[in-house]
Amino acid sequence: MSVNENAQSAAGLLRFLTCGSVDDGKSTLIGRLLYDTKAILADTLNAIERTSKRRGLTAIDLSLLTDGLQAEREQGITIDVAYRYFATGTRKYIIADAPGHEQYTRNMITAASTADLALILIDARKGVLPQTRRHAYLSRLMNIPHLVVVINKMDLAGYSMETFNAIMTDVLEFAARIDIEDLRFIPISALNGDMIVDRGEHMAWYKGQTLLEILESATVFSTAHAGPFRFPVQYVCRPRDSANPALHDYRGFMGRVESGSISAGDAVTILPGGKETCIREIQIMGNPLPFAAAGQSIALLLEDEIDISRGDMIVKTGKLPRIARQIDAMLCWLSETPLDPRRKYLIHHTTRDTKAIISGIGYRIDITTMERKNADKLDMNDIAKVSFKLAQPIFADTYADNRDTGAFIVIDESTNNTVGAGMIL
Amino acid sequence: MTHTLSYLSHLDWLESEAIHILREVAGQCANPTLLFSGGKDSICMLRIAEKAFRPGHFPFPLMHIDTGHNYREVTDFRDRRAAELGERLIVRSVEDSMRRGTVVLKSPSESRNKHQSVTLLEAIDEFGFDACIGGARRDEEKARAKERIFSFRDEFGQWDPKNQRPELWDIYNARRFNGENMRVFPISNWTELDVWQYIARERLELPSIYYAHLRPVARRDNALCPVTDITPALPDEKIEILRVRFRTVGDITCTAPVESEADTVEKVIAETAVTTITERGATRLDDQTSEASMEQRKKEGYF
Repeated sequence: MSVNENAQSAAGLLRFLTCGSVDDGKSTLIGRLLYDTKAILADTLNAIERTSKRRGLTAIDLSLLTDGLQAEREQGITIDVAYRYFATGTRKYIIADAPGHEQYTRNMITAASTADLALILIDARKGVLPQTRRHAYLSRLMNIPHLVVVINKMDLAGYSMETFNAIMTDVLEFAARIDIEDLRFIPISALNGDMIVDRGEHMAWYKGQTLLEILESATVFSTAHAGPFRFPVQYVCRPRDSANPALHDYRGFMGRVESGSISAGDAVTILPGGKETCIREIQIMGNPLPFAAAGQSIALLLEDEIDISRGDMIVKTGKLPRIARQIDAMLCWLSETPLDPRRKYLIHHTTRDTKAIISGIGYRIDITTMERKNADKLDMNDIAKVSFKLAQPIFADTYADNRDTGAFIVIDESTNNTVGAGMIL
Repeated sequence: MTHTLSYLSHLDWLESEAIHILREVAGQCANPTLLFSGGKDSICMLRIAEKAFRPGHFPFPLMHIDTGHNYREVTDFRDRRAAELGERLIVRSVEDSMRRGTVVLKSPSESRNKHQSVTLLEAIDEFGFDACIGGARRDEEKARAKERIFSFRDEFGQWDPKNQRPELWDIYNARRFNGENMRVFPISNWTELDVWQYIARERLELPSIYYAHLRPVARRDNALCPVTDITPALPDEKIEILRVRFRTVGDITCTAPVESEADTVEKVIAETAVTTITERGATRLDDQTSEASMEQRKKEGYF
């Protein structure tokens, strides 16, 4: 196998999110990253060159790379989350590119839900704006471990260290209130490429890592791997019709390890019933594995015959999640139809669905000032603390402890649309 | 916070994500189908389905929408692979839709590629499928980069890019009313290079035309057009015999090969890692017409 793949295997994959508006040069930054890591191929470049010329631009507009839909190209704005890919010798990257306008909070939440790292763009000439606070707050809300504040357009701010330091001080002031684990700052010029892949010649005063170095070295820490074992059952494999008699009694419980790890012989408890048994075998494609950990999709075979179906959860005995019929959550409302507290909604959590009623709205957060406000309904892009009463129990951890067993979506059964995203407190 | 996920390589991670998605389809949909053309992406999908469901059978049949203009090497491979796996393969043909009169070509030489939408929708109707699983990737094309993994289609099979369901974490909402349909793309996050690396790692067999072979071609608009009964050379064109391979296979009238010496998967990976042309840019004669042509086709019910 090629050197390329071996090297990539070691550092795996990093998913990151870019927040900012067109004016911050976000699309240009992404274009620059792709261009400097040679992920833009010649024909794509030709196409955007043609479009740039047609629009009367003198330089290639790298932002055209990410504006995928006809309406976006017509309006010159990004309207939806776009995913981009590039790889270096060491890592594969997935960029989730979310638009920055206020009305698109839901898109940023969507992009942030799978990210390990967020890039928050600031225009060096404008400094901290209300949207900067929103982006930082939402990144924290979604529990993204690494936050990189990217101060762009340094070329238009005289590559000034003072400007950079002043913005850094402003950010630190409000960041202190939202408790961010790993916060970094970097000055760049996306247009000219300074401090992205190459250091450039204008900011010798900046001694930190380039943007690409930050991405290459960011640790993909996972509370998931160290946490308690969680295995929501997705599907039960019973190949009864098989010609192979050895498979007549086969019952494989299929799913993905959402957190923790498991070995053959481990004692497990099945929820909701609470029955206990042991792992007989861990399999993939019918072949045994000695051990499996967070992130792996496997099949579990158990010592005892227990009735288990999709929606149940297998956990290690003694380390149970909360079996909850009432939950408090931070809820982001995603639908143009406001949340109606009198209605029943459907909650989809891991592999389980349950009807839910809203037992109370605690407060709504103004995400620009971070103030708590009273609310009796929620509009699109609102974020609020909401209490739910559930028809069936779910097996939940807090979102702070576990992104996979702490998150849920809300579905409106009258349209089948996904209308809310919840993080369990 | 003491461990990292670096014990999973990028391929392990992508594979596990795809298995998880397939099992969600099996768990949430009553009557899905997996689209299998014999092409490299759908060959990866079959291995992922094996990892998701063996030792059981797949909880869905395979289906191919055949334009009647596919390479024999690929359709033969398609039939053989389905038989080896012991899985049911449904083939529905654009030519049947033409006979029924539901597909009308503007001229006999018009590409049948976009007309696959009609045949696909007819097959969905015939079998009552509520979900079609496909091997499309977001890196292939700009409109696809914004499409959800679970992509909702209305009664007419139409994709509405401005009205997509939010898709958060890896919680998928496959609910739909009768007559509506989900398209599901488990390898959305894979790139062309990932696909080739996976083919190498899993030692997956491919139709022979993915590797370098001699083929008569004519040079036309920066592409090599294969010279076949269906796609003869134009009167003033010179036919050359070149060593080529296909980066993507599909309808003969709209897929072109590239010059290549790569006759093994390792050599293809080496070429893919340094190529300067995108997969569809090099090889699709249909996507170049307009920047938005894929978006347009998807709005009309295309994969």
